[in-house]
Amino acid sequence: MNDSFRLLDPVRQVEAVKALRAILPAEAVLYEQEDTKPYECDGLSAYRELPMAVAMPANEEQVGRILRACRELKVPVVARGAGTGLSGGALPHGKGVLLSLAKMTRILALDPVARTARVQPGVRNSAISEAAAPYGLYYAPDPSSQIACTIGGNVAENSGGVHCLKYGLTVHNVLRVRACTIEGEVVEFGNEALDAPGLDLLALVTGSEGMLAVATEITVKLVPTPETARVILAAFDNVEKAGNAAADVIAAGIIPAGLEMMDQAATRAVEEYVHAGYDLAAAALLLCESDGTAEEVEEEIARMTAVLKRSGAYDFRISRNEAERLKFWSGRKAAFSAMGRISPDYYCMDGTIPRKRLGEILMFIATLEKKYGLRCPNVFHAGDGNLHPLILFDANDPDQLRRTEAFAGEVLEKCIEVGGTITGEHGVGIEKINQMCVQFKPNELALFRAVKRAFDQEGLLNPDKNIPTLRRCAEFGRMHVRGGQLPHPELPRF
Amino acid sequence: MQQVIQRYADRIRSAAAEKKPLRLRGGGSKDFYGQALEGEVLDTRAYAGIIAYEPTELVITVRCGTPLMELDAALRVEGQHLAFEPPHFGPGATVGGMLAAGLSGPRRQCAGAVRDFVLGVRMLDGRGDDLRFGGQVMKNVAGYDVSRPMAGSLGTLGLILEVSLKVPPLPFAEATLKLEIPQDRAIGILNHWGGKPLPISACAWAEGDLVVRLSGAASAVKAAREAIGGESIEPDQAQRFWLGIREQTDPFFRTDKPLWRLSVPSVTPPLALPGEQLIEWGGSLRWLASNADGRTIREAAAQAGGHATLFRASDKGAGVFTPLAPALAKIHRNLKQAFDPAGIFNPGRMYPDL
Repeated sequence: MNDSFRLLDPVRQVEAVKALRAILPAEAVLYEQEDTKPYECDGLSAYRELPMAVAMPANEEQVGRILRACRELKVPVVARGAGTGLSGGALPHGKGVLLSLAKMTRILALDPVARTARVQPGVRNSAISEAAAPYGLYYAPDPSSQIACTIGGNVAENSGGVHCLKYGLTVHNVLRVRACTIEGEVVEFGNEALDAPGLDLLALVTGSEGMLAVATEITVKLVPTPETARVILAAFDNVEKAGNAAADVIAAGIIPAGLEMMDQAATRAVEEYVHAGYDLAAAALLLCESDGTAEEVEEEIARMTAVLKRSGAYDFRISRNEAERLKFWSGRKAAFSAMGRISPDYYCMDGTIPRKRLGEILMFIATLEKKYGLRCPNVFHAGDGNLHPLILFDANDPDQLRRTEAFAGEVLEKCIEVGGTITGEHGVGIEKINQMCVQFKPNELALFRAVKRAFDQEGLLNPDKNIPTLRRCAEFGRMHVRGGQLPHPELPRF
Repeated sequence: MQQVIQRYADRIRSAAAEKKPLRLRGGGSKDFYGQALEGEVLDTRAYAGIIAYEPTELVITVRCGTPLMELDAALRVEGQHLAFEPPHFGPGATVGGMLAAGLSGPRRQCAGAVRDFVLGVRMLDGRGDDLRFGGQVMKNVAGYDVSRPMAGSLGTLGLILEVSLKVPPLPFAEATLKLEIPQDRAIGILNHWGGKPLPISACAWAEGDLVVRLSGAASAVKAAREAIGGESIEPDQAQRFWLGIREQTDPFFRTDKPLWRLSVPSVTPPLALPGEQLIEWGGSLRWLASNADGRTIREAAAQAGGHATLFRASDKGAGVFTPLAPALAKIHRNLKQAFDPAGIFNPGRMYPDL
């Protein structure tokens, strides 16, 4: 982040720490470098910055007071859950306070009859499902980091997961978010009924990357745990055929519980790691899951099998029991860690495309592999068009890092070109902020900034993330030119 | 079609310059809904038609003035549907009006609401700027989600030009059952069923009769039918019944009393309010035909953790929507200012100061 490198200001630090110590016990305010170091980055470790101070509130009242104090001092605030985000959304601000919600880990209420759980933001995603399990219920969105990531972070990023085609994203599974504004006021978005009066601000704050308000309490929906699940592992001799097969399943009126694809490079990397018994000769593997009652699953698996056969799968296996189902999934679920084994670093992209453009995108990625001399295996949420190409590189080699960033930039811009988006579920954060200038026109970005001001007039909540400034776009120099009109005629060109 | 947009944009710009309110309107089928109807009508029906439909991507992109009936028919051909079953409330209903009203029908309890199916919008804001948010893909977290909040915004934020919607397949099988059961037990059993993996897609309780619809794989519907019991309703009759609930042509809705819509947690016990009630959405939606005082009704809804809307009434003096808490009202005013700085779009339709 060399363009916004900020030197620590010791005078402001003393001021901020003093204000925080008036609210929190000594051990809940960190400012020595050795203590703040663990917070210098989130899951996107290529970007690091030490926060001026870390504040660890234990309750909503403290959150409100911290925000009010920071606002009075004009100190930026970056909220953080478990720090597993992949786009740098929780990257600290060098002149700001990092607000860690990790201490707020209580499940406040779980109502098995109403099928809701009211939890604090630092509760882990999977902890909700664990608490609901005795009642035959669970929380549906299952991002791959679910054993570590927090529900507060999930709300900030509108996290998805492998089951979201059927069960929805975070936005579909949250009923209410109680939050503090930068003014320290408590507001409730949504409520414990199915809708709330006024504008649907619950939808607006979900996925707002901690830039509008800080969640202090979240009510989620719980759904009945499916009685059973089975998965089909289908092999294809051609990637495009596998992509088309995914479309055919959906065209047949089936919404699979999960529909995932891996290309050969990804399959080979994971097989070495997990020994799932994948067919290494296959150009692509498709995992197609059905869940529900035993009768329902049997009926659906038969229907899926018929479609996949017609669509040219040359081999397929159907899980016969839970152990086998988990084995089939193990490779897909371990894809990222497997890449970590075969390469010093990997860069994960998150573009979403209309599924029918899959073949084209994969061909494009293959040409970029040659152009930049870097390998890029692909894993893909085939059901909803969300791609996770993984560029393998060595961060110790500055030239490889540079090539990786250029490679990723080209892929994201291609996603926009084919009618998709730069991020399906990981968020913009700091990572994709330049591509926001490509995806959105200046007046659209201006409206985003106006939305931000409606909640946070002075721009203190997680500044410099998600929505680029006009200047940043002008400097990036790859703005959206629509209808031949050059954007920002009002700005000087460099 | 670009000329139509240009015409709308010009109209918005001159209205903004003169601070003259515009009343954004499609077929007018939902004119009854909301607080005040103010301003000169801007008819959205000139901008009509389906722009793109990709059944295998589960996505359709439609212009605001498209008749809802036309959209329904196009989807039916491909075996897909608007899973939130929006009420039309008249043959003239348009897609833009459906989105702006944000109302969902019986299937909402299992499928989700309008906003859950919105993938992207194209709109004109109060400056006449042509803006696009979201897109045509299932997952998209670039920037703030401006498109979903357009659902139910009652045209207060801008003129919705186009919307992309997720359109799931029609269920393979359906069945409707009727059980005789008093209100308190109906609420109890609906919540009990809600916690089981049963394919319940709609329910309606009124006057001691609970009608339940099952949708899904044939085997699952069959198994659930056996588990739930009750009397089977013939498919034709069932279809007419659910249409009557969705479009409010069911005899329950033929009332001279004000009609209230109470949105409450599903476990809320029977509300002790005078008048008749019809329960939907697994207990979460209570329709109340009642002459009771607005304040009493709102208090009962708030007590339960929900809110009450004066849905249909000749006298809207009690206020149509539940007033917002001050901090929330302030954000609403700020957002209105962000989208519509001159305050010309449907002023007062949602709240007097919005």
